[in-house]
Amino acid sequence: MKKVVGLEGSFAIAEAVRMANTDVISAYPITPQTHIVERLSEMVADGDLDAEFICVESEHSAMSACVGASAAGARVFTCSAGQGLELMHEVLYIPSSMRLPVVAVAANRALSAPLSVWCDHSDVMAIRDIGWIQMFAENNQQAFDLTVCAYRIAEEVLFPTMVHIDGFFLSHVIEDMVLPNDEEVAGFIPEYKHPFTLDPDNPVSMGCYAPPFIYSETKKAQEVAFESTHSKIQETWKEFGDLFGRYYLPVEQYRMEDAKIALFTMGSFSETAMLAVDELREEGKEVGLIRLRLWRPFPFKEFRDAVKDVELLVVLDRAVSFGMGGPVCSEVKSALYDLRKKPNIVAFIGGLGGRDISVNEFKYMIREAQEKEKAIERGEDVEVEMIGIRE
Amino acid sequence: MEIEQEDLFAPRLVTTEELFAPGHRACIGCGEALAVRHVCKALGKNVIIVTATGCVEIISSLLPQTSWRVAWIHTLFENVSAVVSGVESGYKARKRKGKVPAAKDVKFVGFGGDGATTDIGLQALSGAMERGHDFLYCCFDNEAYMNTGIQRSSSTPYGAWTTTAPVGKKSIGQMTWKKNMPEIVVAHRIPYVATASPSYPFDLMAKVKRGLETKGPAYIQILSVCPTGWRCAPDLSIELGRLAAETGVFPLYEVINGEYRLTHDLPELKPIKEYLKLQGRFKHLTDDAIELIQTRVEEDYMKLKAKAGVK
Repeated sequence: MKKVVGLEGSFAIAEAVRMANTDVISAYPITPQTHIVERLSEMVADGDLDAEFICVESEHSAMSACVGASAAGARVFTCSAGQGLELMHEVLYIPSSMRLPVVAVAANRALSAPLSVWCDHSDVMAIRDIGWIQMFAENNQQAFDLTVCAYRIAEEVLFPTMVHIDGFFLSHVIEDMVLPNDEEVAGFIPEYKHPFTLDPDNPVSMGCYAPPFIYSETKKAQEVAFESTHSKIQETWKEFGDLFGRYYLPVEQYRMEDAKIALFTMGSFSETAMLAVDELREEGKEVGLIRLRLWRPFPFKEFRDAVKDVELLVVLDRAVSFGMGGPVCSEVKSALYDLRKKPNIVAFIGGLGGRDISVNEFKYMIREAQEKEKAIERGEDVEVEMIGIRE
Repeated sequence: MEIEQEDLFAPRLVTTEELFAPGHRACIGCGEALAVRHVCKALGKNVIIVTATGCVEIISSLLPQTSWRVAWIHTLFENVSAVVSGVESGYKARKRKGKVPAAKDVKFVGFGGDGATTDIGLQALSGAMERGHDFLYCCFDNEAYMNTGIQRSSSTPYGAWTTTAPVGKKSIGQMTWKKNMPEIVVAHRIPYVATASPSYPFDLMAKVKRGLETKGPAYIQILSVCPTGWRCAPDLSIELGRLAAETGVFPLYEVINGEYRLTHDLPELKPIKEYLKLQGRFKHLTDDAIELIQTRVEEDYMKLKAKAGVK
């Protein structure tokens, strides 16, 4: 029997963490992630979740404690946002290099200065290269589903996994969603057993020191292993879909049949973009939407397949790479560079520091992109446009 | 000097099992490696050791080799206490949930140098002590960032030459006083705090055992003579450790539930000059500077004696 409930995104994630029977939670408060840790604290206080909750003194220590607990064989969870992710940045490389399946949620947030607690993807871009499996949710149902899947994926491939939700847009919004029962989720996530744990009965040395003659080999091994996670991620999502009826793909397409123009988005904007696509379709425009679900490892194959018949790709970045434009657009371009037939690409930056982007603005982007495309065809330089800026 | 019939008597005093294996890459005369060896003998096998980046980590874990015959992990410089918190909590939760036998005897230990403890890792250590995790933290205090090449830390003593507190026309080297880390720890009101030195191995091992058996956080600061950084002869490590205690520069004491006890009480302190003159890092000090340090050491020692109730 499917149970439909109205849940805030943060509470939905807390439910996933509880149903996963997490052993250790280590977190530090930061807006807009705090509702997740508050809810988890309540669950632990009420005895609904049998976990150690470590109220650490910083995000750096939050991730460090997760590393320690994971190395000790525990199933662990943390969550953070914006400045917090920046502070734990140094530690984020540790579980991926040491193959510890930490599960984390990032409630994406802009970076100072000026201070902003609201959503954009600046924090995501700063942690692109940490070697974590990273995926984006667009709504609360997905936030729950992907968090459940994150445990299964992380513990099978032994890489840490992070679910991105847009701060406030998901973390603080109540939506209808289907909540499976505890047993169903427990059945989907088998008990965690790492092949090597910190155990006095079988002592191992973890985190050794690598001189030049061996460091490169460790990184090669890490990259090969990381790239090989693609199939397991997709298998897990497939199995999840078979059990729960909701299927996820590394690159998801919306009304892309015969689309000549495609919008490209990540995160909660995707649902607004769908509405824009619907309206443009009604106007007879051959427009579709490509939403990136799996951010790392980047799904090159699936992405190239998705754009193979697209003539104009419109990429919306929710972050700035200063002096370089939109960081996602740079990646998209590099992913397509080797193709002989590739679409023209027009980049926009918008939605910084929590600013909304409306359906009309998506429609504006499509219209503008068609004008910019003409300039591209004429061989002119086309600058990245920051939309909705008051000048 | 050879000890008569050492093989016969030594094993009755201390285990001959080396849990910190020989063959590591420490400098000749390293007081820290010796301290780690003694500490490991006292810890025994049922431990998980978390080590900060620093000398101990790099001398002991060069891939693909390891000196550790106990469970060991290193991740970063400043996060030892946070990692220990995680390891301890992981075991706590798994024992409670029956995933690890509840009777399994595992103790949790953090190792850090003075930089990792008194500077960059102070926040994480303070947090872990405040939260009351059940762990022993050993600070191997060699009074500077020796691993990166003798840079000053907040644990470097006044007047010492280092590469970032060099001696110059306008500088006598370190111009600040050594941070009193044990007092900072005591202020957290944890059950066990001590200072120790490998020059007094039985005292050191006894303190490690007490710290390990303590329920809750325990802290031991261990003076680790560094011939490379202190610019002294490598055969003087033991002697300098003794002189540090005998001059009052590094007094040996413990604080059990807030009660101070001098473990090496000295009716008379030796003049600090005897300690300073053996070390190149102090060779530039004038008599006035030495007098200033002497006064401060005596004052600090009197305060400590007063806390311990020793007249």
